[in-house]
Amino acid sequence: MSKYYVNKFLYQVDRNPDYLRRYAEDPKNFVATWEQSIGPRLNEVELSTIHSLTDAERKALVEHDFVALFEMGAHFFLNLTLFIGIYDEPFMKENGPLAFQREFAKKVGHWTGKDYPGVEC
Amino acid sequence: MAELVATLASTHHPFYLRATTAPPEQQIPQAPEWKRKVEAYRETLSKAKPDILVMIGSDHFHQIFLDNCPQFLIGKAERYDATFGNEEREFGIPKYVLEGDMEMSRFMHRDLMDQGFDLAFSNELKIDHSIICPIITVRPDNDLPVVPIYTNIFAPPLPSPRRFYDLGRAIRKAIDAFPSDKRVAAIGTGHLSLELGGPRQFMETGPDPVFDRQALEWFRSGDIDAILANVTHESMAKSGNATHGFLNFILMMGVAGPQAADYVDYLDLFHTMEAYVTWYPKTGAEEQAA
Repeated sequence: MSKYYVNKFLYQVDRNPDYLRRYAEDPKNFVATWEQSIGPRLNEVELSTIHSLTDAERKALVEHDFVALFEMGAHFFLNLTLFIGIYDEPFMKENGPLAFQREFAKKVGHWTGKDYPGVEC
Repeated sequence: MAELVATLASTHHPFYLRATTAPPEQQIPQAPEWKRKVEAYRETLSKAKPDILVMIGSDHFHQIFLDNCPQFLIGKAERYDATFGNEEREFGIPKYVLEGDMEMSRFMHRDLMDQGFDLAFSNELKIDHSIICPIITVRPDNDLPVVPIYTNIFAPPLPSPRRFYDLGRAIRKAIDAFPSDKRVAAIGTGHLSLELGGPRQFMETGPDPVFDRQALEWFRSGDIDAILANVTHESMAKSGNATHGFLNFILMMGVAGPQAADYVDYLDLFHTMEAYVTWYPKTGAEEQAA
């Protein structure tokens, strides 16, 4: 597994409005595009060849499955802010401010009182 | 030599601006009290009449990411852009440009290296809300040059609490040694107990109100020994997975030195407790009397 590469995905997508829109609307295709041509970029000219997503990581990203990502040790801040970027507004319209943040907490509630999965890469 | 005129350590709450400028009918009930407390805290800086701000914060994976991650970094630039797109989106924080102070950044960098702290540096640093939040709260006119210093409170392994304290002591020595007649204030932000992206986030209080109250007591007494005896990376994780922002409070206690804070205020909010702490340096005579 590559925690680093999952984090790179979360980091890049949250910080780019175009990526964020594409990942929100069509996650399967966007994840595929990211793996092919966005994730491997080290900078504007150099490519990195050393990382790849596992099947489980890819599935979690395609399914917007922040619980699985939490459990894989994706960085908690990246995992939260990206999915706030996607779900904050629609949840707020339905159930008011912070509805998504509280739903997120509930879905990882079974970790209360336990040591969380480590985020060190 | 430059003079340290105030040391401020506070939480940084990215929703403050939005919470206190929204139409009154959309504000949270604590908004007026929150604003009053922040404005009172702002006065603790204003009355020290600073000329330069040394600002300690922590990048939230904006410019700094896991491909190249310094533990401590100093900005060395004439100006600093601030606020990233996802902070505008999530918190409604506007963009800023802060003036830098190259002379002091250069001096600070070399002096800290001479003291055994080999900071990374950046000549093109874009600042995020860990430093913009205190500009919004305590210096909203954004009219002073800054020397920004970033710490890693996010990507383990982190430096030890003792190391944060010692860096604070070294920053204080560097300020005292800076050949200038300027008045310097040091401003750092972090967190009390905090949970982000975990089961204890966005509750009615912070994840560990007992720790929060204890921290306020430690500030009131200036008891750094008690902090260093009790606060570890593991204990902070038990208080909430993002509680490591408390390390910046420890650093600021290093800048202030082991003395009781002159001003301690707090505000219980949903999700987190706000803390506002200020120390004024004691003169030699005052230190002897104490």
